[in-house]
Amino acid sequence: MPLERQEFEYIRNFLQKRSAIVLDEEKQYLVESRLLPLARREGYSGIGELVTKMQTTAVNGLHQKVVEAMTTHETSFYRDARPFDALRRAVFPELIAARSATRKLRIWCAACSSGQEPYSVAMLIRENFPQLQSWDVTILATDLSMQILEKAREAVFSQLDVNRGLPAPYILKYFDRQGMNWKLKDDIRKLVEFRPMNLIEPWPTMAPFDVVMLRNVLIYFDVDTKKNILKNVHRLLHPSSYFFLGGAESTRNLDDKFARVELEQSSVYRLC
Amino acid sequence: MQALIVDDSRAMRRILRKMIEPLGLQIAEAENGIEGLQRLSEHPKTELVFVDWNMPVMNGIDFVKALRANPLNIQTRVLMVTSENTLAAIMLALKAGVDEFVMKPFTSDILLEKLRMIGVSLPPVE
Repeated sequence: MPLERQEFEYIRNFLQKRSAIVLDEEKQYLVESRLLPLARREGYSGIGELVTKMQTTAVNGLHQKVVEAMTTHETSFYRDARPFDALRRAVFPELIAARSATRKLRIWCAACSSGQEPYSVAMLIRENFPQLQSWDVTILATDLSMQILEKAREAVFSQLDVNRGLPAPYILKYFDRQGMNWKLKDDIRKLVEFRPMNLIEPWPTMAPFDVVMLRNVLIYFDVDTKKNILKNVHRLLHPSSYFFLGGAESTRNLDDKFARVELEQSSVYRLC
Repeated sequence: MQALIVDDSRAMRRILRKMIEPLGLQIAEAENGIEGLQRLSEHPKTELVFVDWNMPVMNGIDFVKALRANPLNIQTRVLMVTSENTLAAIMLALKAGVDEFVMKPFTSDILLEKLRMIGVSLPPVE
């Protein structure tokens, strides 16, 4: 049964308030394709009944499940490749030289989804910068969705996930077969710390980071939310830190405290 | 760029051809390893090879070993595209001399990403 107009409007308003996700008028199909399976799983006859339940009960687990179902989880190992070339060729060599006294590096992958991005960073470090094994390296990975964080912590990936973006020698070195799936080895898995975090709620106190990756996240938010997030990010950067956005994203007209740097044709920024 | 697809399945050769044709490659085909080596001698400037593992007459691993044994093919990039999907298989293929390993099933973006990894110049992947 197609989604009624008022049901779509309710979901749209709810998502904007709860997670600042902006759904265009023509995204009705997206709501149908993401929420119908959830409605069925929860024992409702359709999205209409699911929406009625949401409207008539206080915010609870069901509302969280709707947010999670509507949040895009598109990710892959070494997604878009170039930011990782930038990390390997320029960012880490420079940071390693700059932090040689403290021997500490802090990296944050925000909206990390099922973990491919932070694990890609962990494997990149292990593969290219063995000297960091004796450093205090933190790779923090956060996401809004508890369900997806659980999957990320497990670090079990499908064959399609492993096929996409991972060089074959990395599969050999860092993964074990687990039935039809592939399990990331513990020594890489343990390099990443996963924590829940909603970017539009007040941010927890965090020490500054040397690298922040917030790729393909801002595109889902309205302008005010983007500005708030960027303001929060620049409080967490040192002057020598690097900030990565997605290929189609920019800080232009949102925040003038960032300056774009030319690295491997990626969207990389530093504080002005 | 001259490319070669070595696979005993006509359907798979057609799928691969469809995926890589937009890259402007000249594509030759072979049904097994022996035929693949013949195509290589007919097209000595072949730069890119897609090869299946399990084929009659000569399998993909023996084909890659024979290809690498010829110093003329040292620069040839070889992608194994196979339903073999164990760590042992990946290790054997890399040892034989393949540059990358694609497990079936796969999509065209997976294939293009693997090509980028082995240094085949492609339009930017975004």
